[in-house]
Amino acid sequence: MHSDACAPLALRLAAFGGLIFLLAPIALIFVYAFTTEETSYQWPPPGLTTKWLAVTVGRPDVWQALGLSLKVAAISTTIALVLGTLTAAAVSRSRFFGRETISLLVILPIALPGIITGISLRSAFSLLEIPFSTWTIVLGHATFCIVIVYNNAVARFRRTSGALIDAAMDLGADGLQTFTLVILPNIGTALLAGGMLAFALSFDEVIVTTFTAGQQTTLPIWMLEELVRPRQRPVTNVVAMAVVLVTFLPILAAYYLTRDGEHTAGAEK
Amino acid sequence: MDAVTFRGVSRHFGPVKAVDEVDLAIRDGEFFAMLGPSGSGKTTCLRLVAGFEQPTAGHIEIFGERAEGVPPYLRNVNTVFQSYALFPHMNVLDNVGFGLRVRGVGRAERHRAAREALELVELGGYGDRRAGELSGGQRQRVALARALVNKPRVLLLDEPLGALDLKLREQMQEELRTLQRSLGLTFVFVTHDQDEALSMADRVAVFAEGRVQQIGTPEEIYRRPASRFVADFVGSSNVIPADVAGVGPAGQWASLRPEDIVLDPAGRPATVTARAFHGRYTRLALDLDGQPLTALVPPHAEAPEPGTTARVSWDAARAHLLGAA
Amino acid sequence: MTQAAPLSATARDPAPAIFAPRGGLLPRLVDWILRHPRVFVFLMVLPITLWLGLVYVGSLIALLIQSFFSIDEFSGLVVREFTLKTYGELLRPYNFDIILRTVLMAASVTVASAILAFPIAYFAARYARGRWKAVFYLGIMLPLWSSYLVKVYAWKLVLAKEGILTWLFAKLHLTWLLEAVLAVPVIGGNSLSVSYLGTFIVFTYIWLPYMILPVQASLERVPATLTEAAADLGATPRQNFRLVILPLALPGVVAGSIFTFSLTLGDYIIPQIIGSSRLFIGQAVYTQQGTAGNIPLAAAFTVVPIVIMGIYLWAARRMGAFDAL
Repeated sequence: MHSDACAPLALRLAAFGGLIFLLAPIALIFVYAFTTEETSYQWPPPGLTTKWLAVTVGRPDVWQALGLSLKVAAISTTIALVLGTLTAAAVSRSRFFGRETISLLVILPIALPGIITGISLRSAFSLLEIPFSTWTIVLGHATFCIVIVYNNAVARFRRTSGALIDAAMDLGADGLQTFTLVILPNIGTALLAGGMLAFALSFDEVIVTTFTAGQQTTLPIWMLEELVRPRQRPVTNVVAMAVVLVTFLPILAAYYLTRDGEHTAGAEK
Repeated sequence: MDAVTFRGVSRHFGPVKAVDEVDLAIRDGEFFAMLGPSGSGKTTCLRLVAGFEQPTAGHIEIFGERAEGVPPYLRNVNTVFQSYALFPHMNVLDNVGFGLRVRGVGRAERHRAAREALELVELGGYGDRRAGELSGGQRQRVALARALVNKPRVLLLDEPLGALDLKLREQMQEELRTLQRSLGLTFVFVTHDQDEALSMADRVAVFAEGRVQQIGTPEEIYRRPASRFVADFVGSSNVIPADVAGVGPAGQWASLRPEDIVLDPAGRPATVTARAFHGRYTRLALDLDGQPLTALVPPHAEAPEPGTTARVSWDAARAHLLGAA
Repeated sequence: MTQAAPLSATARDPAPAIFAPRGGLLPRLVDWILRHPRVFVFLMVLPITLWLGLVYVGSLIALLIQSFFSIDEFSGLVVREFTLKTYGELLRPYNFDIILRTVLMAASVTVASAILAFPIAYFAARYARGRWKAVFYLGIMLPLWSSYLVKVYAWKLVLAKEGILTWLFAKLHLTWLLEAVLAVPVIGGNSLSVSYLGTFIVFTYIWLPYMILPVQASLERVPATLTEAAADLGATPRQNFRLVILPLALPGVVAGSIFTFSLTLGDYIIPQIIGSSRLFIGQAVYTQQGTAGNIPLAAAFTVVPIVIMGIYLWAARRMGAFDAL
């Protein structure tokens, strides 16, 4: 604990100013979703209306894009959960030749700019003459989702004492029972948190997706088209607000899951 | 029949010989301590009995049945871990009932057995608590109950008292001893604390560098250490030339316990180089014709000042001639 | 099951010391794998190796190979022969300017993020307690995980000529200041949303959380006793910050800069939506592979950030930044 409980004024101003800088633009989205202005980004809004909510709900192209995004995110997250957990278990539980390489390999897709992942996958598809489909999008998304699950799982594995596994085996649990009764419950919340963050990441991804989607439209691609050539600003405003709301929930949930985990899943020493 | 038998057991990790050609026979129903400094191979031996490690050479038998290659969960042997390793996602009752659960015992039956085991370690009402809510001593008891409820043929304890404070440790030493007697169960106890090993065990194996240095009753180990290492490690000892000790010819070595050196007006003169009061005794560092000696004298004895000359003697029968090593 | 008998019967229970192996194909298979650590690790690592090692790295290598091809200027077809001609094209003033512009932008965004992030991270790590800790955590996580495009869109709203920022400056009677800034050559422009300054602000905003988190993590790892020790040894708060906290937080800053630098290098959407019409590397790659159909040049362009990041990661690794991730 710190004896100096109160921060210097300059530090407080800078910290809170930074927080406002981070949050204010997002808050702005909520106002614009209700503006009556249709053709410009005028501030302050000349008037407020809820009519665009109804218009957006009635738009099939938005729903289609949303559907594809959800499907891709669900599949990618599932793949990332399996691959990320397996890798985390191997890396944190044993030392083997190539261990360092694997942990570097996992970081690579987020350490390298997304455009590189995108263009290399696209040129690989065209070399191998693979047609664009949901699966080409999934391939790209899972690649960078793995690291999210992996990071969460590795952290939890490290905090889960290896003696717990010994103890389970010692008490008569075979490998399968040890996994289902001891390992899984201990890493469960970390996986759930990682899975949700991976889902949010995939749901939102646009840079890689533009290279792997072909003519398909995910929600971010729909947004991007509107950003580049604004045609229906009011609908875009409403979609933007909906996306913020939808991403806020998993973040909140992931926060509570991992925070709780710190109290219960720690290795006992 | 012996409870655990090691025949030429080795466990090598690459070039490291954690356990090197160990022969052991732990008798049924005895309290057996494995004593040694860290890295001496005692814990690896315990893990070999539990099945967490497999020997790279040699044979292990548990009650006459071949154990090498058998996974931990098929051995009727349970462990109390140094860190207790209680499952953080379960309450105390489920922790204790875990072994029965994975062997397919029904819920009602295993709860009954788990409660009974908790009663045994005097934690009757603690079933609903989480491991994190217990004190170190209570966790230790839960770990004990969790192992005992499975009725193992051998109970392994890996430095189980290491994390407890002194007072609690002494209390638990006594309780463990009583428990072992009343259950008549074979306990194999790993420790680096020689006091603990000597006071609790029926027999002690002293380990160093992956090998067993000596096996015997605490009395034997203390009175007749087989080697210079054992003499030094188990209770500090004066290892001095045998002719100085008066038990053998020059060129051999003898062990003389500090408490066996007494202040004696008719004894030999030795210079006192340092003195420390310990409460139960006073420790004297002596110089006997160039031979450093440590002596423990009763606190009430009038201890000589450092720099003065004290006269000391000992009963030659108390000195023990060491082996060639 | 015999476990039902009361505990006291343990002593001479005829239970076997080694249980019979259990049935079931899957449990047996799992156990066989667990008993062979090499097989276990191999199976665990196989999927990721296939996925990332083969598919991902394979694609990267395929792309790299294409950068050594060239394009026939008349037919527009890719000539599959080894040549360094495409790399030569990168050095043409037009293309080289793109690289320079992007690297400068990435560097300034990184520096700005570090400066903005430090007080936030410092406050969150050392002063925020209880409810404020949660506020800061969510205040950082929400912008981090909010939709990238929504954030860019929000800034399009903020920076628009008719938007809130212009309005704010007018309300504060500072319109002259905004106009003065926009009048600065190179970084200025017609409005913020079509200037380098606008691009810079949005980049900094979007990648700021990626800087805050690792810095905060590394600051949280500095024990309070360390700053107390420094103070005890006579360090003023300023010296304490410069000599103790800053060096220990540096790996966190380096880790964060990996993200801010890399993400800026490869982004092609922000400068496309907010900024002057001059290209950045990401846009160049996008247009070369798309409308221009010049895959070799696009590939050569992507090699630039790969090389820069390779050097960057290598240097960061040496500074121990990976531990702060």
